[in-house]
Amino acid sequence: MIIGSIVNGVVIDHIPAGRGMELYRYLNLEELQCEVALIKNAFSEKHGKKDILKVNEVIDLNFDILGYIAPQITVNIIKDGVRVQKIHPQLPNTITGVIKCKNPRCIVSTEQGLKHVFKLTDRENRIYRCIYCDTKAEPQSFL
Amino acid sequence: MKHLIDILDLSKEEIDELISVAEDIIENPAKYSEKCRGKKLATLFYEPSTRTRLSFESAMYELGGNVIGFSEAGSSSAAKGESVADTARTVECFADIIAMRHPKEGAPLVAAQSVSIPVINAGDGSHNHPTQTLTDLLTIKREKGRLDHLTIGCCGDLKFGRTVHSLISAMSRYDNVEFVLISPEELMIPEHLRTDVLIKNNIPFTETTSLEEAMPKLDILYMTRVQRERFFNEADYVRLKDSYILTPDKLSNAKKDLSILHPLPRVNEISVEIDSDPRACYFKQVLCGKYIRMALILNLLGVN
Repeated sequence: MIIGSIVNGVVIDHIPAGRGMELYRYLNLEELQCEVALIKNAFSEKHGKKDILKVNEVIDLNFDILGYIAPQITVNIIKDGVRVQKIHPQLPNTITGVIKCKNPRCIVSTEQGLKHVFKLTDRENRIYRCIYCDTKAEPQSFL
Repeated sequence: MKHLIDILDLSKEEIDELISVAEDIIENPAKYSEKCRGKKLATLFYEPSTRTRLSFESAMYELGGNVIGFSEAGSSSAAKGESVADTARTVECFADIIAMRHPKEGAPLVAAQSVSIPVINAGDGSHNHPTQTLTDLLTIKREKGRLDHLTIGCCGDLKFGRTVHSLISAMSRYDNVEFVLISPEELMIPEHLRTDVLIKNNIPFTETTSLEEAMPKLDILYMTRVQRERFFNEADYVRLKDSYILTPDKLSNAKKDLSILHPLPRVNEISVEIDSDPRACYFKQVLCGKYIRMALILNLLGVN
């Protein structure tokens, strides 16, 4: 399978196999008008398989989402066919509007316009808690 | 702007300072009687309360200040669907400091994010109740003369009991404090307290269902009520409400200098026969609540 090289754009590499579509959704890539390729199950020397996202336009990425969903990924910024920047997203200290607080007693369930905000409370175990009620973020509890 | 949303907003040194000011107020009340002249406290209570609201109000009056506010959501614009943030912004136009109780967890934090006057969390759902903790700490300090080297038994509803959560967080910062957590299995402390506070800080603790077995080692027994309003399911409440009732015979193997605390109101978890026992401290605790809130109001308003 051949996917053309990017001239000016972004390549998100080393996405854990099977999670590319998830990232595609949370980065709102469906809203872009440019060419976007999601490559599933590409060969990876380290992990056997990986997903890759190629976007044929330099876009602003939400690195909080990238860091939260898959901190092992690499973001390559391509300009004039050359990689000009390689970024490893970090686990963000706070993450806003990405994870949903599922505690029905939390104020976010009723307050108009209040964003769901989570803070990193345990970096080693990647544990995030709601800043309002301290409820632990559950896997896949995305907004 | 300084707020008090979570007891951990205060350092150990700040807590010690508040306790020291509160003890000075107890000794010299006249010295403080005009300190808040011209200042207004807004008590925004979306949930019923006797002790906390009256304690805040009497604290402000005894500092020479005034009080405005409401004591139930139905008599505020919340009944018309106003957001917490909008109510707080409105009240900010009239008051110098806010004390808020709300059934939703995190509501006082939303208020604090919306205004530029100090906000005190006077209880947010089953989450935090930091001024009750300050009250408990002042009571323990006055009864025991120290806040370290203590074995503290927390008994009853440790899952929804916000006073217990804040007490554990605060006391964990003092040296050689050990907890004995006594509850039915359904009402054990939340996982985040166990992992993030007790285990993470290497605080010794044991969890048990037996009050009798725990009793002999306790310096402090902190009783709590199983609260009907915290349950979605009435059947669960009925099944668990009488889990622990402190009666004189259960104190037979307790230390002579045990201090029994309770955030009140009690329903039946402490027998009235205990009230005359010199180890019962829960009504002294109510009075301590007023003094520590006076110290807190002074601190947050920046009044010396």
